[in-house]
Amino acid sequence: MTAGGATPPAVQLCGITKRFGAVVANDGVDLVVERGEVHALLGENGAGKTTLMRILYGLTRPDAGRIVIDGRPVAIHSPKDAIAAGIGMVTQHFALVKPMTVAENVILGATGGVRVKLDDAARKVAEAAERFGIRADPYARVADLSVGEQQRVEILKALYRNCRVLILDEPTAVLVPQEVEALFAALRRLRDDGIAIVFISHKLYEVREISTRVTVLRRGAVVGTRRIADADDRELASLMVGRPTLAVRRTESGSAGEVVLRVDGLSVGSRGGLEALRNVSFAVRRGEILGVAGVSGNGQTELVDVLCGMLRPAAGRIEVDGVDVTGSSPAEVVAAGVGRIPEDRHAAVVSDLTVAQNLALEHLDGFRRALQLDDRRLRRHAEELISRFTIKAGPDDAARTLSGGNLQKLVLARVLSREPKVIVVSQPTRGLDVAATEYVHGELLAQRERGAGVLLVSEDLDELLALADRLVVLYEGRIVGEMPAAEADPERLGLLMAGLAEGMAA
Amino acid sequence: MIGVRLEARAAPARWFNLAVAPIAIAVTFVLTMGFVLAAGASPLEAYDTFIVEPLTSRYTGLEVLVAATPLLFTGAAVAIAFRAGYWNIGAEGQLLVGAIAAAWAGTVVEDLPRVLAIATMAGLGALGGAVWALGPALMRVYLGVDEVVTTLLLNPVALLIVTGLLNGPWRNPETHFPESERISANAEFPQILSDSRVHLGFVIALAIIVAAWFVLARTATGLRLRAIGLSPEGARFAGIGVERLLLQAALVSGAIAGVAGASEVAGISYQLTDGISSGFGYTGIVVATLGGLTMPGVVIAALFLGDLVVGADSAGFELGVPSQLADIVKGVLLLVLIALLVFRHYRVSLRRAQGRGRS
Repeated sequence: MTAGGATPPAVQLCGITKRFGAVVANDGVDLVVERGEVHALLGENGAGKTTLMRILYGLTRPDAGRIVIDGRPVAIHSPKDAIAAGIGMVTQHFALVKPMTVAENVILGATGGVRVKLDDAARKVAEAAERFGIRADPYARVADLSVGEQQRVEILKALYRNCRVLILDEPTAVLVPQEVEALFAALRRLRDDGIAIVFISHKLYEVREISTRVTVLRRGAVVGTRRIADADDRELASLMVGRPTLAVRRTESGSAGEVVLRVDGLSVGSRGGLEALRNVSFAVRRGEILGVAGVSGNGQTELVDVLCGMLRPAAGRIEVDGVDVTGSSPAEVVAAGVGRIPEDRHAAVVSDLTVAQNLALEHLDGFRRALQLDDRRLRRHAEELISRFTIKAGPDDAARTLSGGNLQKLVLARVLSREPKVIVVSQPTRGLDVAATEYVHGELLAQRERGAGVLLVSEDLDELLALADRLVVLYEGRIVGEMPAAEADPERLGLLMAGLAEGMAA
Repeated sequence: MIGVRLEARAAPARWFNLAVAPIAIAVTFVLTMGFVLAAGASPLEAYDTFIVEPLTSRYTGLEVLVAATPLLFTGAAVAIAFRAGYWNIGAEGQLLVGAIAAAWAGTVVEDLPRVLAIATMAGLGALGGAVWALGPALMRVYLGVDEVVTTLLLNPVALLIVTGLLNGPWRNPETHFPESERISANAEFPQILSDSRVHLGFVIALAIIVAAWFVLARTATGLRLRAIGLSPEGARFAGIGVERLLLQAALVSGAIAGVAGASEVAGISYQLTDGISSGFGYTGIVVATLGGLTMPGVVIAALFLGDLVVGADSAGFELGVPSQLADIVKGVLLLVLIALLVFRHYRVSLRRAQGRGRS
């Protein structure tokens, strides 16, 4: 790390302020990132981490504040300016052209002159692989790559444009543990090469593992910057949350009732002839949470889609409270008493409609007065749910304007207010902050108490172990293990998820 | 050096939505000035003739309503489809098939009471338009074929059917002109004002627009329709039958365009001719877009374009400029409008370009 004095810091943000309507996303934020450090931005969702970095990368314009790069003030109005100033950013949603190759994606937008020097790009990709351990086949099609590999392509893109400051917005949210290790290894080498890295996260243990210094944001303002070596976890957590956290845990109760969701011999085909689900059978009882563990891509998405009525199974049978709903439409599945909280929250709402309209969208006919839609009732319904689920938004706000946590609350409110018999929920806390996660967990446990049967699909083992009564493990589309949560431990689950204990468990 | 840059806005500025139409019109006038000058007229005089003069006499004022009538239908038809995310470019063809159906109906209803005869005309027009819209709609919903291409390509097909009929079986037996037999008198849409050509079709168009406004803005179906247009995926997840609703929107759109054809046959020409539509279906796209896909907007845009059409006619004989000038103005207006709608998401900033060679 460079000491101050001789060399100016790589990035200096002074008094950055940004308001969205009445919401202050950034409130006079000062931040200094040195060359050759990994600087973590820690904070809950909605704390303003992403907004701050979007401002640095020119995606958002600040209302006030200055940006100083290498000691020189710069005006950043667009990503083009940011790239010219040596800043690169890997956002949560990748900006890759999927049908193109890695090399093509890397040079895209960075082509000087008329000729496209593909071989040159391929060589640089290979070079980066060598130097930083960021492995990628330059001639592979991006569409064929895993999410982790696509992320590497995004990093390569930034490096190809000679970035000296690399921003990563929650890079680990989409990665499996092995990929996280590889990413961290690459980041360490980049850091040692003198690149300043800004690492956005709300996971403490990751921040501890990778960062040099950490700045904690809360409600848009900086509440503290620490050298990671001098900070302890409790202090950082309380800075981040502003209050002591209480972990939610299910109460032990063996009072599960009769079967309310039965899945029998379910199979789903997929492209390339491989089956996404193979002969999957399980049952969920009233007042029970059945956890589905597994590394993503092992059939979870298809399982949830089939149960939500978004995908037709090739074989098998689904029963909700004795009613056959195999191959039903989403409306029929809802009518049968299934509440659905999908993995992709954005795909579950119509983001240009208002909060009130989205809350009522599944059962609009209940809001009719003669021929008309009763706007007052729609509003009242929305206001009631907004206060009950503490959604930070007004009934007339477009759903598009909600943060991740509030959007999830909107989806929860829409589903849970109707007291479904069965709840199918997938990755309910992915990308949510500590407080929102706790809230979601509490709501799911309340549904279990109420007597709903909950199918919880999650990649977060801690979440599964804290909430589920029983666990099944999906591996390559099959259930490779089933156990009561009391008998489960991370090691055993990890082996099953990795497909290592296949013979033993089946 | 000063550079002009576009920067993305988080949300469209609110004032812009109100200002879009006036700005578009002003920019269009500046851009079309050259054509007016080339036609040998003074721009100010020409625009005065184009826009203001039609509104200064009772006769031309009412002619504006006549010219706006088919545009009200097609504008509403296109706006409904676009709102649902169904890009119906085929209102022209749907209008023509509606006109064929109505022209046929007009020759077989002479024994019916007047009200029934008129209802049959409008009904068959609607049916014709819906039938012409059905194929592309089914292909879109069940096969995923892009409706922009299919609806567009069916327009010339409809026109060929019209000319085929008029030069073949339907050729007028008395005059031997390529025009159909005159419809029976009881099937004609009555004029609603004395000594003007404003006819029942204008009232029907307004009624359809009021109904469409009510459905879109006030009902559950309307909200569902908007939802599938904004996010088919989110709407499907919420249990809305996207395919069915899309099909319905496409058919309703076709039906309304079909009534436009019936209205022209029964209210203006009383027979089918190959000039029954002067591009009303295409102009409907301009009307719908100019009107921001809302029904009040469609009314205003249709009246404005009707004004232009009447103005272009009088400009023809008053100033000696070709009446096609109105088509040029219309075309430029649409392009300017689309450009402005894109601009809405950006802000323009002027600033000094940075020196080169330094990074």
